[in-house]
Amino acid sequence: MKHLVRPDVSQRVIKVLLILLTALTLSILIFIITYLLLKGLPVFSPGFFTGHAIDMGRAGGILPFILSTVFLSVVALAIATPLGVGTAIYLTEYTRESRLTRVIRFAAECLAGVPSIILGLFGFVTFVLYLKLGWSVLSGGLTLAIMVLPTIIRTSEEAILAVPHAQREVSFSLGGTRWQTVIRVVLPGALPGIVTGVMLSLGRCIGETAAVIFTAGSSLMTPASLLDSGRTLAVHFYILAREGISAEMAYGTAAVLMISILAINVAAYGLMHRIVRRFS
Amino acid sequence: MTRAPVPGSVPGSVPGPAGVGTSPKMRVEGFSFFYPGGQAALRGVSLDIPSNRILGLIGPSASGKSTLLRSLNRMSDFLHGTRREGRILLDGADIHAPGVDPTDIRRRVGMVFDTPVPLSRSIFENIAYGQRLKGERDRDRLAAIVESALKAAILWEEVKDRLEASALRLSGGQQQRLCIARTIALDPEVILLDEPCSGLDPISTLKIEEALAELKERFTIVLVTNNTKQAARVSDEVAFFLMGELVEHGEARQIFTVPRDRRTDDYISGRFG
Repeated sequence: MKHLVRPDVSQRVIKVLLILLTALTLSILIFIITYLLLKGLPVFSPGFFTGHAIDMGRAGGILPFILSTVFLSVVALAIATPLGVGTAIYLTEYTRESRLTRVIRFAAECLAGVPSIILGLFGFVTFVLYLKLGWSVLSGGLTLAIMVLPTIIRTSEEAILAVPHAQREVSFSLGGTRWQTVIRVVLPGALPGIVTGVMLSLGRCIGETAAVIFTAGSSLMTPASLLDSGRTLAVHFYILAREGISAEMAYGTAAVLMISILAINVAAYGLMHRIVRRFS
Repeated sequence: MTRAPVPGSVPGSVPGPAGVGTSPKMRVEGFSFFYPGGQAALRGVSLDIPSNRILGLIGPSASGKSTLLRSLNRMSDFLHGTRREGRILLDGADIHAPGVDPTDIRRRVGMVFDTPVPLSRSIFENIAYGQRLKGERDRDRLAAIVESALKAAILWEEVKDRLEASALRLSGGQQQRLCIARTIALDPEVILLDEPCSGLDPISTLKIEEALAELKERFTIVLVTNNTKQAARVSDEVAFFLMGELVEHGEARQIFTVPRDRRTDDYISGRFG
């Protein structure tokens, strides 16, 4: 067979091409981060982090939005974690692979594919209007909980399955019931993986806009209760940018968002690394 | 078949050694075990397990000895889609009778697995695990139980100064003695060991065999081993399994010197398996 180009040359060309593609991918991330930091860092000041918004956010700080983001995420994870981990325990420890478990898994996958704006609409109709929770931290938290539930189920399931079967057998052989075994052996072993899933979900909660704006509203005040409206950082950024209120403040907010999400991802990655090492 | 019928034995059973007390600790009666699809792992096994002796179960792989062992403490409950026939009695009571709590059976009939599996916690907490499951919280009582279990498994001297260290740091042989100590700490009546020395070096194996020789004073011991020489060294009685059937059961000395069945002879002299 005759080659158009000498094989060693074509190999080298392809290698260079792949390196370029990888570099391009990385440079996109680096560009976004650098750009946001360059534009956003100048507005960073103590007052930016501790002050309230003045004049719709043209001046002042973003403290209420930081707090709203934290409240909303905490509510979402406090609801989604027990539900998701419980589902994962049921699927892995209390049933065998069957049509039912496949249906449950498929349903979770479908839920993961629902666009967040649709979830926002669902949250608005169900929690805000029907359950009369209004635009509130609770409505937003419930909606976000639905959004991250599939992630938590899947990561928890994987973490639970990674705990060696022999450890369960030992627990059973020492007179452990299934529940005792789950609590004392399976969950501690799976904890790093579960925490990783929760952290990734936290990142999504922080970055979400569409599902939140419909359900938690956009109040400029710090929510004082679960039934108060609140504005998350992502929503604040959206409003600042969309309504042309202040580009500088928008960049500042975006930089805070970006840094938080990066920090969370790094922490989640570190945990994931630890669990991989533990079981290999 | 060269079995000689013994008067008074359970019909169909293989004659056990003469002169042992009339009430065995455990009794297997016409026990069969089927895997999903109907394949039999055990067929009509009847066997008396005597108190305070070491019964060695030998036979080639897939002979059913491990399946029998796992049936004795109902660990076989976890093998899904399987089916059993016959009865297994512990002190005369059917362990599969309705209303019997399998966790209760597993506390009375402890088990040590072929590979040592320390739980990822301290040496102390590994040993105390079974007692904690039972609800024991008293630190002094737990400490006493842990100490005596470690002594019985001949591990105390090696670990007494680092009980709070992770059990995962122990060597393979130490880990297996830890697993034995963990079972002893349950204060069971019977201890089942499933090839406890596979993968261990000769010195570790020797230590475990020493421990077993002392443990039979307190417990009834059933030992599955692929190592015929080990069975000869430590067992008082031996039962030979082949393709799911109990071929021969007798005093270890008799089995290893004058086996009644030619298949036993072939196996122990290394002609197969």
